[in-house]
Amino acid sequence: MSRLGLLAAACALAVLAAPARAQEANPHAGHDMGQLPTSPESMDHGQMQHGAHAGHQMMPAPMSPAEASQPPLAPPPPEAFTGPENAADIVWNPKLMARVRKTELIDMHGRFRGSKLMVDRLEYRGQDGRDGYLWDAEGWIGGDYDKLWIKTEGEGAFEEALESAEVQALWSHAISPWFDVQAGVRYDIRPRPKGSDAGRAHAILGLQGLAPYWLEVDAALFLSGKGDLTARIEAEHDMCLTNSLILQPRAEVDLAAQNVAETGTGSGLSSFEAGLRLRYEFIPEFAPYIGIEYARLFGNTRDYARAEGEDTGGWSFLVGVRTWF
Amino acid sequence: MMNIPLKRRTLLRAGALGLAGACLPSLLPAWARSGTQGLTAGASPLTGEDIHLHVGHSRFTVGGRSGHAVTLNGVLPAPLIRLREGQKVRLHVHNGLEEDTSIHWHGLILPFHMDGVPGISFPGIAPKSVFTYEFPVKQSGTYWYHSHSGLQEQQGHYGPLVIDPKDADPVHYDREHVIVLSDWTFLHPHKILEKVKQEGGYFNRQRQTVFGGLAGDDPEERMTPMERFAWGRMRMDPTDISDVTGSIYTYLINGHGPEENWTGLFRPGERVRLRFINASAMTIFNVRIPGLPLTIVQADGQNVKPVETDEFQISVAETYDVIVTPTEAQAHTIVAESIDRSGLTRATLAPRLGMEAPVPPLRPRPTLSMRDMGMGSMDHGSMDHSGHGASSPVKIGVGVDMVAAMPVDRTADRPLGLENEPHRVLTYHQLTPLTPFADMRPPTRRIDIHLTGNMERFMWSFDGQKLNEGLEPIRLARNERVRVRLINNSMMNHPIHIHGHFFELVTGMPGGNPVKHTVNVMPGGTASFDLTADAPGDWAFHCHLLYHMHAGMMNVVKIRPLDDIAAASPSPEDHSGHGAHAPPAAEAHGAHHGHHAMTGDDA
Repeated sequence: MSRLGLLAAACALAVLAAPARAQEANPHAGHDMGQLPTSPESMDHGQMQHGAHAGHQMMPAPMSPAEASQPPLAPPPPEAFTGPENAADIVWNPKLMARVRKTELIDMHGRFRGSKLMVDRLEYRGQDGRDGYLWDAEGWIGGDYDKLWIKTEGEGAFEEALESAEVQALWSHAISPWFDVQAGVRYDIRPRPKGSDAGRAHAILGLQGLAPYWLEVDAALFLSGKGDLTARIEAEHDMCLTNSLILQPRAEVDLAAQNVAETGTGSGLSSFEAGLRLRYEFIPEFAPYIGIEYARLFGNTRDYARAEGEDTGGWSFLVGVRTWF
Repeated sequence: MMNIPLKRRTLLRAGALGLAGACLPSLLPAWARSGTQGLTAGASPLTGEDIHLHVGHSRFTVGGRSGHAVTLNGVLPAPLIRLREGQKVRLHVHNGLEEDTSIHWHGLILPFHMDGVPGISFPGIAPKSVFTYEFPVKQSGTYWYHSHSGLQEQQGHYGPLVIDPKDADPVHYDREHVIVLSDWTFLHPHKILEKVKQEGGYFNRQRQTVFGGLAGDDPEERMTPMERFAWGRMRMDPTDISDVTGSIYTYLINGHGPEENWTGLFRPGERVRLRFINASAMTIFNVRIPGLPLTIVQADGQNVKPVETDEFQISVAETYDVIVTPTEAQAHTIVAESIDRSGLTRATLAPRLGMEAPVPPLRPRPTLSMRDMGMGSMDHGSMDHSGHGASSPVKIGVGVDMVAAMPVDRTADRPLGLENEPHRVLTYHQLTPLTPFADMRPPTRRIDIHLTGNMERFMWSFDGQKLNEGLEPIRLARNERVRVRLINNSMMNHPIHIHGHFFELVTGMPGGNPVKHTVNVMPGGTASFDLTADAPGDWAFHCHLLYHMHAGMMNVVKIRPLDDIAAASPSPEDHSGHGAHAPPAAEAHGAHHGHHAMTGDDA
């Protein structure tokens, strides 16, 4: 249908559709509206919904009077733009008003600065003949759209040197209702590349947020100073057994684009972890947990580990605490 | 002998807390004390042409625990102000805080610069200064007043305001009680906001459980796995009814918790008028008095044709006046249950103090439906694919987690959670004005305003923009008649309030449209109101859920041209050098003598 035809039809229908005031004369106006060919409301969408008319007549509850006869959407008349922009400026000191408008009005209604520190996992790991520990914490500071994130995780076995430990600093920017894109740097305190005193640094590009089915996802690509590309994907989901007792399945996958002999990482799928943690939230901010985890190294990563005489996977029994504030 | 110093110490401590004019030992004004005869006897409302209000810090005790409160004249709720239509009033507000404060007169028709919103109507009231509001009282009915600064309202800065009509009251009653509903917490309001920003559903302790559906007792839990899957896919929680809940709130009636059981007295056979005011920061209440029918006679201060019901939902900032006629010499429980059923409070109507009636247990908490997700018209099997979502100017984004695909007008609906109650429940469509609205003109244009938000990030906005993001004001021509259509693209109720005006909520019912200052827009639904822009100036327009407003769900309505206020004012001067917010035009406005004493340097 041509644009002109549509416009003509819209005008005709606007006349047909009585304004709300007129309907009051007829107590059943609301019911009759359902039989009108269509309403100006639907015309706003620039579509002639021929198919929909029958639907309207069959509706058990007809379109409400308010919805059935809406006046047209239109911009404000010119006089609405006259006079001073801020009415209070004509009564009160405009400089003072300008200051208060900023501090008491604009900044008070939408501006947010906050922070959060979350120790997601702080746990004792009971493994066959080699008990250890692990920490995984993150914190942010910032507003609704942009935040500075700090993440750290590491693990080791008791009576041995720290096995792995890293710190990340990320700028995080919200890109959708659920996801933030994160970019920054990662510094590995351990393991250090062989024959080096310095730690290893990476550039990070990641995505963190909430996937459908309430899946908390953190996926990141790491590019080391030597050009090695690796990736890590973590996902976890909270299942309420009660409102305080929460079962959390968690999985982590590490990938690499190439072999990195210095850190014992092989190309392809290098490791996989799947855990199940049952926590009790005494308060949401403090929850001890117990759990189990299965970990496995793959491919060359496994070979590197074997060569070093290290574990290549197995079951762990976990006792830990999750806390945030 | 031992008692004397103790008592003295108590008094000294109370004095040190700045309880200027406080009613010791109770933190309650006379009308709000338990066992009150009502407003006709034994009450001490503030009346007359000059009224003084002192904002300060107090300690407030409820349920055996006490915490910090921001109060007026040392009481919580604030004193009842009782005025008469046609009088003039000067309200002198003394700010004893270390921060700015303000008072907004909720629902009052007054000049814009007396409306009390810092940054819109006036500069606010600086610490240790006095501000005098002055305006003629042009209306009658039940209203209230509260701070519009920061989150002070959550801390106790609210009180009732009743205006008697100039002529005979069309509502006949033998006795009246003011019933102020509110939500009290010992948690600091900034902490509340921080928690919901850190964890979207933080205060919800009634989430669905994995095996909840198997228990089978609660009909609300009987959701099929497919339905649960659908909610999970959308990352929406069907139990997310209230952002802040009974997990931290003690719900109050006239400053009393359920244990304190505020009691209002009556004599059997009397017509008792109950003036319900929802002064909560975040809580929508379901109100009922088991065994007594409720006759609604007024809504938002405007008389309505009497309508009898058994339960009504009162959204934040709304008021309802109700007549009950208890005929037996027995007690009746006033039950106010939070919309998410995370808690309730009760009060008692009784012939004698000490009598009590049973308190019904909390009913199962409701869950949201697809209608609440803005798929309302799908219920009708309509194949209308022109869905509003498709043409909506609002797009999914960081601050917008949902655009209602097919929002329908829900002003005829029973309120959320009361759909299946076996007794009568009030709907907006049952409200008809006692006298028709003055302006009979049909609106000439329409403004669509989308209510938007992100539950997980706790961002709230209009048309996808928070106020601090440069949201375009709503511009109206003076005396223009417009229809404002509110489209709720969220799963939450939003009580939307416009300052300085009443509007006609478009129900299209034969008796006419009810006249209101606040409308609760149901989840995924729409509500339309017709507004006559007869009050020039700038006015606040916002969601009255305090943390939604604070998170950005706020805008300014600008009505032009202005009238001759400007001509009456001398040219403004710079007062930025000192703390007090002095009006430059103090002489021109009889309203502001209070400031002279404080600033001393007005030109």
